[in-house]
Amino acid sequence: MADTLHALTPLGRPDPVSRDIGPYRIVERFDVALASVACRRGRHKDFAKAAKGMVPLPDPAHSAQGAPYSSFWVAPDMWFVEAPFATHEDIASELKQLFGDSASVTEQTDGWVRFDLQAHDLAPLLERLCNVDFPQVADGFASRTLIEHIGCYLIRRGPGEGTLYGPRSSAKSLLHVLETAAASVI
Amino acid sequence: MIINHPILGPRDAQEFVYLGDASLMNRPDGMSDGIEAFHDYLYNRDNPAGAHRELWYHEQGDRSWLVVTRNTVTHEILKVELARDVASKAGRGK
Repeated sequence: MADTLHALTPLGRPDPVSRDIGPYRIVERFDVALASVACRRGRHKDFAKAAKGMVPLPDPAHSAQGAPYSSFWVAPDMWFVEAPFATHEDIASELKQLFGDSASVTEQTDGWVRFDLQAHDLAPLLERLCNVDFPQVADGFASRTLIEHIGCYLIRRGPGEGTLYGPRSSAKSLLHVLETAAASVI
Repeated sequence: MIINHPILGPRDAQEFVYLGDASLMNRPDGMSDGIEAFHDYLYNRDNPAGAHRELWYHEQGDRSWLVVTRNTVTHEILKVELARDVASKAGRGK
């Protein structure tokens, strides 16, 4: 019985979508678990000790890759932590166990839709969508930004590679914006 | 207008939401400080032609509250601090 039950993607489909529009490739990712971790006041030492070797804690406006945990900075003393969904579906309780009472952990997996953007050069697309100067920022840059009134997190993996997290409830609108902008560039 | 965020560097003012006078951070105790102090806190604002300390929220950024000192005549931004640093300097949040 259980093997007939499948979670729907943020777009309400059984499987994630991908779109190829000219040189741009938009790939929905449905295989990443997500949680936010916020260091509690006055607990920086315990927090850093717990994270050491396990969860990278990048500087403001940066992201860091690791295994199994990757993370990106979202606010002072707060990070979003990513891990493969297949092995870390229960990411929030894993991180809570790791950090104990030095951090507040919130499950975020189903709160967001993730699109990976790929192209030779993403700049012409992203300069039409948001105010991040994508060619200027370094690889690993991560920032919250606004795309068509939708607050998103944008991570630069390379000049032609980026990750976008948007609110799950706006998944279709966000995809529509990406498709429209990509089609207007080519 | 560009706000020079203490952590993230120069950011467009459109990313921020304006709340108002930074004195809003200093709410008097309504139970012990008296109705006059609370009335003053709630309704009375200085309206200086010159340097003004105000609260801005970085909504489309790192969601931090800032205390921005801005010249209301020229719109020049003189100083930007994290509101939590201002509060802890004033002995709050212990």
